[in-house]
Amino acid sequence: MSATDQLLFQGADWDFRTLQRICDACEQVAKDELKLDVYPNQIEVITAEQMLDAYSSVGMPLFYKHWSFGKHFAFQEASYRKGLMGLAYEIVINSSPCISYLMEENTATMQTLVIAHAAFGHNHFFKNNYLFKQWTDADGILDYLEFAKRYVAHCEERHGRLAVEHTLDAAHALMSHGIDRYPGKKSLDLRAEEKRAGRRRAHEEAAFNDLWRTVPTGPAKTSAILDVERRRQMLGLPQENLLYFLEKTAPRLRPWQREILRIVRHIAQYFYPQSQTKVMNEGTATYVHYRIMNHLHQQGRLTDGNFLEFLQSHTNVVFQPEFDDPRYSGFNPYALGFAMMQDIERIVTNPEAEDHDWFPDIAGKGDAMGVLRDVWANYRDESFISQFLSPRLMRHFRMFHLHDDPEDRTGILVDAIHNERGYRRLRRELARQYDVGYIDANIEVVDVDLAGDRRLMLRHTVVKGAQLSEADTKRVMQHLADLWSYDVSLVESDTSGTVLKEYVAHPRSLAAVA
Amino acid sequence: MHIVDRRLNPGSKSLENRQRFLRRAKALVQGAVKKSSQERDIKDVLEGGEVSVPIDGMDEPRFRREGGTRDMVLPGNKKFVEGDVLPRPSGGSGKGGRQAGEGDSEDSFRFVLSREEFVDLFLDDLELPDLAKRKLAEVESEGIRRAGYSTSGSPANISVSRTVSRALARRVALRRPRPEALEALEAELENCSEARRIEILAEIEALKAKIKRIPFIDPIDIRYRRFETVPKPVAQAVMFCLMDVSGSMTEHMKDLAKRFYMLLYVFLKRRYRHVEIVFIRHTDRAEEVDEQTFFYGPASGGTLVSSALQAMHDIVRTRFRPADWNIYAAQASDGDNSYADGEVTGRLLTDMILPVSQFFAYLEVGQEHGLSYEMPNSALWTLYEGLRANGAPLSMRKVNERSEIFPVFHDLFQRRGPQERTA
Repeated sequence: MSATDQLLFQGADWDFRTLQRICDACEQVAKDELKLDVYPNQIEVITAEQMLDAYSSVGMPLFYKHWSFGKHFAFQEASYRKGLMGLAYEIVINSSPCISYLMEENTATMQTLVIAHAAFGHNHFFKNNYLFKQWTDADGILDYLEFAKRYVAHCEERHGRLAVEHTLDAAHALMSHGIDRYPGKKSLDLRAEEKRAGRRRAHEEAAFNDLWRTVPTGPAKTSAILDVERRRQMLGLPQENLLYFLEKTAPRLRPWQREILRIVRHIAQYFYPQSQTKVMNEGTATYVHYRIMNHLHQQGRLTDGNFLEFLQSHTNVVFQPEFDDPRYSGFNPYALGFAMMQDIERIVTNPEAEDHDWFPDIAGKGDAMGVLRDVWANYRDESFISQFLSPRLMRHFRMFHLHDDPEDRTGILVDAIHNERGYRRLRRELARQYDVGYIDANIEVVDVDLAGDRRLMLRHTVVKGAQLSEADTKRVMQHLADLWSYDVSLVESDTSGTVLKEYVAHPRSLAAVA
Repeated sequence: MHIVDRRLNPGSKSLENRQRFLRRAKALVQGAVKKSSQERDIKDVLEGGEVSVPIDGMDEPRFRREGGTRDMVLPGNKKFVEGDVLPRPSGGSGKGGRQAGEGDSEDSFRFVLSREEFVDLFLDDLELPDLAKRKLAEVESEGIRRAGYSTSGSPANISVSRTVSRALARRVALRRPRPEALEALEAELENCSEARRIEILAEIEALKAKIKRIPFIDPIDIRYRRFETVPKPVAQAVMFCLMDVSGSMTEHMKDLAKRFYMLLYVFLKRRYRHVEIVFIRHTDRAEEVDEQTFFYGPASGGTLVSSALQAMHDIVRTRFRPADWNIYAAQASDGDNSYADGEVTGRLLTDMILPVSQFFAYLEVGQEHGLSYEMPNSALWTLYEGLRANGAPLSMRKVNERSEIFPVFHDLFQRRGPQERTA
C-alpha cells in the first residue's frame, strides 16, 4: 500500500466518500485504542443557515413553535452577520442514534476533527456519564420532542395561539426551577411518557360526559383546619420543583396546560445534566479528538499540513485568556477540561512526588484510558474539579481566588493563590463555582394557605447576600400567579430566617387561565 | 455510521418562530420601521432591510440573583499574593457592576426584515380614505385561462391537432417507412436475381414489421388542453400623477413629488391586485408621459394647471370608467398658476374630477431647507383652500424636506374612525 492510499484525504476538499473513510478511521481508533463505548452515530451535513436554525431551537432538530426561539434566531443571525460570532463547527445531540451536525463549509481536516470530537467524544460521554444515564433517555428524546411539537400545535388549534403562548411564556420563566435535582424512584422513560399522555387524553375524551357539568355542587364543605404538617406532607412540601408542583396541584389549570408544563419540565430536565457537565463534556470531547487526530497522524493517514491545520484549530479551542485580557469571560470549559484530562493521563503514567501525595489512588497506575473512562462515567464538574484539579494545573493556570464583599469598602481581597497554603482552598472554591446548588437560586414552595385565600407561599433562601433582581422577579411572580390563579407570595430570607424582602403577585385574570 | 446530506432540506425552519416573534414585537418593530424609513431613500425602504429593535421589551424574565458577596477563581495571576486588597474597578461601585455591563450589550439588536415584512409593517395602520363611497371588494373572483398543454387530463380536453402533430413528428423522427418505399421494393421484386430476391424479401419483411411497431398515435403523443384558475381582479385602481414641470419646479421638488408618488403606488399595490399609473405632466399644456420623462424629462413654459386636470378628465372618460375603477390622483406643484386659470381649475376639479375620484391629494412642494409653515400661501393653495372650505374632498399638505414625506403620507392615510372621514 502506498502512502497516498493510506491518506484519508488530501487538501481541504471532501466528499461523502471521504467522510465515510474519516468516520471509519475515527471509529477504529475510538474503539480499538481508546475503547470508547458509543451510541450508533448519525452524521448530518448542513448549511450555515440550518446551523443557525438549530441554534435557535436550543440545538434540537425539532421543537415546538414559540416566539422566543424566533427572537434568539434573530439575535444570533444579527450577530453572525455582523461578524461578532462565528458559528460552531458542530452541534451534537444526546440521542440514540447520536446525531452530529457538520457544517458544509468545514474543510476535510475540520470534518475529521469534528467527527472525532462530537461523534466519539461527546457521544461516549452521553452514553456513559451517570448523570445522563440517570436523567436522560437518549432512545426516547427525539420521539418525545416530536410528540411535544405535535401536542403544542394541537393545543394551539384547540385553545388558541394566545392561550398556549401565555402558558409557554409562564412555563419558560420557571424553566430553571422545573428540575428534579435528586433522582426519584424511576429514571425517565420518555416513550412511555408520550404513550401515557396519549392514553390519558383518549381516556378523558372517552369518559367525557357533558352532564357532569350540570350537576349542582353543594355548598363548600366546612373542612376543619388541616393539621399543618399533614397538609404539607400531602402536598409534598417543601418542593423546589416549581413546575412540577404547579402541574400537580395548581387548582385551576386545564389539563392541556398541565401537559404543557410537563413538557417544558421534561425538556428542562433533559438539559439539566448538560449544565452540570460543561467542563467534563467538552474536556472529554477535546481529549478524544486530540488522541484520535494524533493517532491518525502517526499512522500516516493525515498529512503534516492537515495536522498543522488541526493543531491551529485545537489551540484556538483550548485557549484560556487571562483575567486581565479583554477576551476573558470566565474559565473556558474546553481549556480547563482538556488540561485536566491530560493532567490525569500524566499522573497515571508519569507521576511526580507531589502527585503521589495528592492522588494516591491513581498516581502511577499505568492505565490512563481506564482511569479516564471511570472519571467520565462517575463525576460531574463540581466533583471532578474538587477531586482531580492538581496543584500543577493550578500553577499552570496561575489561579487565584478573589473574595468580593460589597460591605468592605477597601476593595477586593485576594484570598488564596497558587501556593501550598492555597491549593486546597482554590480547588474548593473553583469546584463551588460549578456546583448547581450554588449557581441557581434556592427557591422552594413552602406552603399553601388552603383554608384561607389559597395563597401560595414561596421562600428564597438567600446565600451570601445575593438577592433576586427585583424587576425580573416581579415578572416571574406574575407568571407564577397566573398559573396558580390565586395570590402568590415570595419571601426572601437569609439562612438565619430573617426576612429581607417580600413579593406578592395577584393573578391577572381568572377567566384567562381557568 | 450513517451519513446524511441535509443541505437540501428546506432551511429557515425558524421562519414560523420568526413570524411569531415579529407579531409579538410588532409595536416595537413598527416604531423602528417608521424611524428608519425617515432616514432612507424610498428605494431602500422598498428593499426592506435592517432595523434596530430594542430588546428590553422582549426579554424573558427568570429568577436571577444579584449582589451579595462574590467568590471567584481566576486564571493569570502575575503578582498578587494572599492578603492583597485590590481596588475595585472604577465605574462599577461594587454591587451589580458586572451585571450592568452585561446588560448593555443586549440593549437593542439589528433585525433584518424582508421587503414584504417591512412594507407590511410600514403600511399596517394606513388605509385608503373614503372607501365607503363605492363598494370596494378586496376579494377576488376566480377566472379561468388557458395554460398550455399537459400530459394528463380529461378526454374532453384532448387537443386533437396538438396530439396528431406530435404523433406525426414522432413517426418522422423514428424514420417511419413510407408506403412508397415499400411499393418500390415490391416492384423490384418482380424482376430481379435470385440472390437479390431473398435480400428484398427480408427488407420488405423488416419494413412491414417497422410499420407495425410504430403506432400512429401512441399514448405519449396525447396532449390535453390545460386550464388554470387565475385570480381576477375585481377591484382595480388607477393612480394619476399630476405634476407641474414648469421651470420653477426644481429637481428637489420633483424628488419630493416622486417619493410621494412611489409611496402611493406601493400603498395602492398592497390594496389592489391591479394598479395602473398614469403620469401627466404639464406646463401650459399637459401630456401623458412615461415615468422616465415624467421625472427626468426637461420641459419649460408657462403654467396652466387646468390643462393637466383636463387631460386627466379626458383619460378617465376614455379609459377608466369610474364604475369599474377606483381613481386616485395626487398633484404635486410648487403652487404657481396663472391667475386667469384659477376659475377653470376650480370648475374642473369640483365638477369633473372630484366626483369620480376616491381621493385627491394636493402636495405643495417647497424649496429645500425652507420651512413648510413659513411658506406663503400660493395661488393654487389659496384656490384649493377655498374649494375645501366649500366642502370639496381635497387633502392638502405642504412639504419641504424628504423626511417630511413619510409623516405627511402617514398623516393623510391614517386609519380613521367611520365618523371622521378625511376632509
